Amino acid sequence: MALLEIKDLHAKVGDREILKGINLTVNAGEVHAIMGPNGSGKSTLAQVLAGRELYVVTGGSVTYLGKDLLEMSPEDRAREGIFLAFQYPVEIPGVSNMYFLKAALNTIRKHHGIDELDAMDFLNLVRDKMQIMKMDQTLLNRPVNTGFSGGEKKRNEIFQMAVLEPKLAVLDETDSGLDIDALRVVSGGVNAMRSPERAMIVVTHYQRLLNEIVPDFVHVLAEGRIVKSGGKELALELEAEGYEALGAYDEPEAVGRV
Amino acid sequence: MSDSTNTIETFANQEYKWGFVTDIEADAIPRGLSEDVVRLISAKKNEPEWLLEWRLKAYRHWLTLKEPTWANIHYPKIDYQNIIYYSSPKAKGDGPKSLDDVDPELLKTYAKLGIPLQEQAILAGVAVDAVFDSVSVATTFKAKLHEVGIIFGSFSEAVKEHPELVRQYLGSVVPISDNFFAALNSAVFSDGSFCYIPKGVKCPMELSTYFRINAKDTGQFERTLIVADEGATVSYLEGCTAPMRDTNQLHAAVVELVALDNAQIKYSTVQNWYPGDKDGKGGIYNFVTKRGACRGVNSKISWTQVETGSAITWKYPSCLLIGDNSVGEFYSVALTNNWQQADTGTKMIHIGKNTTSTIVSKGISAGHGQNTYRGGVKILKSATGARNYSQCDSLLLGDKCGAHTFPYLEVRNTSAQVEHEASTSKIGEDQIFYCRQRGISSEDAVSMIVHGFCKEVFRELPMEFAVEAQKLLGVSLEGSVG
Ligand SMILES: Nc1ncnc2c1ncn2[C@@H]1O[C@H](COP(=O)(O)OP(=O)(O)OP(=O)(O)O)[C@@H](O)[C@H]1O
Ligand SMILES: [Mg+2]
Repeated sequence: MALLEIKDLHAKVGDREILKGINLTVNAGEVHAIMGPNGSGKSTLAQVLAGRELYVVTGGSVTYLGKDLLEMSPEDRAREGIFLAFQYPVEIPGVSNMYFLKAALNTIRKHHGIDELDAMDFLNLVRDKMQIMKMDQTLLNRPVNTGFSGGEKKRNEIFQMAVLEPKLAVLDETDSGLDIDALRVVSGGVNAMRSPERAMIVVTHYQRLLNEIVPDFVHVLAEGRIVKSGGKELALELEAEGYEALGAYDEPEAVGRV
Repeated sequence: MSDSTNTIETFANQEYKWGFVTDIEADAIPRGLSEDVVRLISAKKNEPEWLLEWRLKAYRHWLTLKEPTWANIHYPKIDYQNIIYYSSPKAKGDGPKSLDDVDPELLKTYAKLGIPLQEQAILAGVAVDAVFDSVSVATTFKAKLHEVGIIFGSFSEAVKEHPELVRQYLGSVVPISDNFFAALNSAVFSDGSFCYIPKGVKCPMELSTYFRINAKDTGQFERTLIVADEGATVSYLEGCTAPMRDTNQLHAAVVELVALDNAQIKYSTVQNWYPGDKDGKGGIYNFVTKRGACRGVNSKISWTQVETGSAITWKYPSCLLIGDNSVGEFYSVALTNNWQQADTGTKMIHIGKNTTSTIVSKGISAGHGQNTYRGGVKILKSATGARNYSQCDSLLLGDKCGAHTFPYLEVRNTSAQVEHEASTSKIGEDQIFYCRQRGISSEDAVSMIVHGFCKEVFRELPMEFAVEAQKLLGVSLEGSVG
């Protein structure tokens, strides 16, 4: 059974249709890269998978671990192992990063009938993960993402993923805003989490990330559809030729532009 | 409408859990206010002549005053002739001599409110004075406090047993002419708590008064007076609830604090009067004058309030910083939900040298709630080296509520240092979604954010009550989660 099966998924925001029939199957252990022009719907797909109500699903289906994902609340999806690393992580003033992450971990553990961690055990767990991510201890005691630099926010997302150990991680442009060293550290953190039980969908614009996190599959999303899929070499072609040469634009209005 | 938006908008509609009515026979006087009513109240309490005169003076002054209109609150005109100014549970004989004589219905009422009056069952380390409608019905741990010379009990009793102390301090911080509601209270106040901590005594336990309005159409006008003599220390907590009724009830209290040299008073309030229903029907009109005078050098008065109840709150716990090096503090969380309105804040008057004050105000608005912070800092010419720090933050839940901030500043001494910070934030759909994506429910997300917002104030509350206050805040905001 596939971990995630998306069939003919349509979604709109307001009156505007953004996803126009997405098909994608992701098995445990696989890493899928999704590339595509700005505004093509990559983040929308990520948000729909996470259950954001702002985006209304108008057709198609999504099955996750054999269950109808679209029926599940966002928190249940998270508790069942779906993790979204946000393109724009949200600031929550007044709530410490540490407290937040502990609350998240414990609700997920509780959901699976596992004992909640006390402060000491949590600290021990977090210390290990922090080392992998080369996270500064002070970031843990600060309010969630509040005043973090762009790179710190992205690093914090992957750090959270490392603590929460999801089954399906969707990373939305986690590389944007990272300097070269940080990119290496974050990629290292992501690679350390690759496992036969875990799948990842990595949204990116750049080959440099895929040099570090080598995908099994690459998909090109344009105008709300996956217009091309291939192996890791597809990303290299894209980098060399651009989206247009690949026929990524086959919508009438795009053609009309030529 | 999305679930998260819904969460934020309705994050407020939990039932009021303290809204029951105690079925008890009451001794009430007819509606309305006149000199005769003032005399009648005084007579019912067997008061000395000087106190009656004081009341009458207050009443006559009140007649010359107009109800203030400057606050950012809106309510129908109060008919002062349609209020019952005195109501007490009918006592068997002469009124309770000890807890054994207290009507079991009353004991049950307080037990239901989580305030057991049987001493063995009481929260260890808290002495309680229980005020029911117009009178104090019981005070716990009196004997134990008496051993160290502390006087703690009902105001009426203090008038009889310690008239010299009452006469010396009554009205010395909030004079009868202070304002419309203070004058009214001075004329008709029925009971309240009195507390005197003698020289050098550190009060060995938390003192607390629990106010309960039960009778219908009755106003509650209590008066609290706390005096900490030289080097004395006391921490005092006030709690209050009322039944759910669809008419509005008036609560106009006065609290006076006096701190002499090196004395410290910490006064904490968890105000949970009935706020009215979700359509704004009913609820308490809470017009309260609270003021502390730091008369002595190095004295300190600290107000902490968590205001979650009442349809209308009009309240400005203030400090007169008279003694050199005296310290005034005000920590406040005010929550307005549904149709509640709060206009609250503080006044810090710096008179002595090197006086310092700290103001931390956190306003939370949900539903159609309107929350106004009104704070004054006044530094007189004499207050060389005075310092003030003010911080006032507003948090909005949803887009139908409002937050307003009116800081007033008057500095007449150039050596003063004054700092003011303010912020307004909103719990956004994106924040709630971010939490949910990490497995945290909307309800927990909102309470996490709200608690984070209030943390600096909760830190100031005595331990047991900090937990209570957090719960209360959760309850006051609950139900908005779809
Ligand atoms: N909340 C919204 N309201 C209105 N339009 C939206 C909203 N969210 C997304 N859109 C629109 O939907 C389209 C797809 O946006 P999306 O964020 O999914 O693109 P993307 O592929 O992630 O782009 P990028 O590479 O720039 O991150 C864009 O045209 C965007 O403006
Ligand atoms: Mg995007």
